[in-house]
Amino acid sequence: MLELPNLIICVFIFISLFFEVFLLLTFLENRMVMKKTAVITASLLPTATIVVPCFNESESIFGTIDSLLGLDYPSDKLKIMVIDDGSTDNSWNLIQKYKYHPQIEMFQKENGGKHTALNFAIARSKSDIIGCLDADSFVKSDALKNIAAYFSDRETMAVTPAIKIYEPDNILRKIQKVEYDWGIFLRKMLSLIDALYVTPGPFSIFRREVFENLGPYKKAHNTEDMEMAMRLQKHNYKIKNCHTAFVYTIAPHKFSKLFTQRLRWTYGFLKNALDYRELFFNKTQGNLGFFILPLMMISAVSTLWLASSFVFKIISKIKEWFTNWQAVNFNFHPLNTWHFNFEWFYLNTNTVTFMTIVSLVLMVILILLGRKIAEGKLRFKMELLYFFFIYPFIYPTWLAKSVYNVLVSKKTSWR
Amino acid sequence: MQNFNWKKYLWTFLITVAIFVTAISLSNYFNNRKIDSLREIEDKISTDIMSSETEYDLLAESSCKDLSEDVLSQELNALAQKLTYTEENFGKNSPDLLRLKTYYTILQIKDYLLMKKISLKCNTKPVFILYFYTADCQECGQQGYVLTYLREQYPNLRIYSFDYKLDNPALHTLISLYKVKETVPAIVINDKVYNGFLDKDKLESYLPAWMITTATTTVSKK
Repeated sequence: MLELPNLIICVFIFISLFFEVFLLLTFLENRMVMKKTAVITASLLPTATIVVPCFNESESIFGTIDSLLGLDYPSDKLKIMVIDDGSTDNSWNLIQKYKYHPQIEMFQKENGGKHTALNFAIARSKSDIIGCLDADSFVKSDALKNIAAYFSDRETMAVTPAIKIYEPDNILRKIQKVEYDWGIFLRKMLSLIDALYVTPGPFSIFRREVFENLGPYKKAHNTEDMEMAMRLQKHNYKIKNCHTAFVYTIAPHKFSKLFTQRLRWTYGFLKNALDYRELFFNKTQGNLGFFILPLMMISAVSTLWLASSFVFKIISKIKEWFTNWQAVNFNFHPLNTWHFNFEWFYLNTNTVTFMTIVSLVLMVILILLGRKIAEGKLRFKMELLYFFFIYPFIYPTWLAKSVYNVLVSKKTSWR
Repeated sequence: MQNFNWKKYLWTFLITVAIFVTAISLSNYFNNRKIDSLREIEDKISTDIMSSETEYDLLAESSCKDLSEDVLSQELNALAQKLTYTEENFGKNSPDLLRLKTYYTILQIKDYLLMKKISLKCNTKPVFILYFYTADCQECGQQGYVLTYLREQYPNLRIYSFDYKLDNPALHTLISLYKVKETVPAIVINDKVYNGFLDKDKLESYLPAWMITTATTTVSKK
């Protein structure tokens, strides 16, 4: 009864529903564990270095450094290393105001890219744990303490934070806020099944051994944070997510900026996943290798499939309108031939429709759960509507471009 | 293998399948309701035609003014719209749908015959268009659009549409009666056959002149 395109859509919706149900079950299974917050006494806290790589960040660098200085962490155990990666604006002059601060060390080097700035600092650090905070992000005062508690498990090698959008003031940023809420939920769930495949740039913290044993950051298609996570997974190093360590990041405020950022992320994910293809269906990789990574690939294919079939549908509809219009010799009386029928008869009652509704409802629930983690309460806001009505149209654009770039091996840039 | 919980995957699968099955049964339920509602409409039209026929027989020699002709054809149009929609959405091979379509075809032929009889007796001058299409014909969509457009312009037009490939003896007879060839779209205007696509101007030129002038005067009066 079902035709092929419909069947393919059904399969895609089945897979996405499967994923949503899986996440929901993971949440229900762990909700009690998530409520417990690990506490660690000050004397047991590891020594920490936070690297702030800086390349022309004069606008936000103070906020970043001040938020680090405001961390609730023993000052003798926390070092902040600001690395000026050959800025061409006056960032270096600006940060001189911290020159004599006992917790801050600053270095200036030739521009070499973010990964070189990180490696520069890592080589000079003696701390137990090392992390980075991009100069467009800020931390909540208890973030490092909460993360440090996770390192009391000797096997934990890296801990990622919960990232929020700093003051989402326009529609694009509000959409990203919803996306980040979803990210907070997703990362926690992936952490619970040991399947994190990215240790995000802002405030992911590593044991120093990671760099000693596995080597420094690589350029990794301008997504060194994904490469590092995949490298850790490859060596079965445990990555955990601390959902109570909040980091605020300044989100792109206009589409072109967002597009460039997402192009870099998506392209980086695809390229790194290709570089680490041995993780796929590898029996040492459990949930990550058998479920999450293949799922990410399927989701890329399905998004492109759905988006392109939508575009084709629109085009053929416009063509149909045009030929019809032509058939009546461009005599157009829309009101004469167009009757609105709001009879229930004309509601779409296909299986696909019901599946889509269930899938959307589940998605809303998961996003709200993410928001509960992020804000402590469940609140339904307009942003969700923006997200559902706009995101499906913008997401495929950078995905399509990334896939295209991967296919023709075109590199992406940072900004 | 680290942290791989087969049981959870199995549960997830079962729950997802359960959601899928629910969606399929919901969809079947509503689709059956739609088929039922189509059947109801057809039954109603059938009764209407029968009552018109009876009315016609009763009145026989007497006055024509009581015979209503407008209501019925509008109902047929609404039904046609719903049938097309259903066909597009359920697929063309559903046996229920095929039965409803056959029924609809017969109803149209009956209405056509009755209206012809009435027009003869009462000296009204409706213009009959029989339109033949197939599901896979490229230009039929456009032809259908032109006809819908014309029906809106000329309320006196009575348009009946037939799926050329529908397997029904009454339809076969109608086709052989007018010697309609298989090159669809094909249109019969007041007993004359035209094969191939006709755009709006072409089709209008085949309509009787009085009809076009009346329509323009009514439009300009508005």
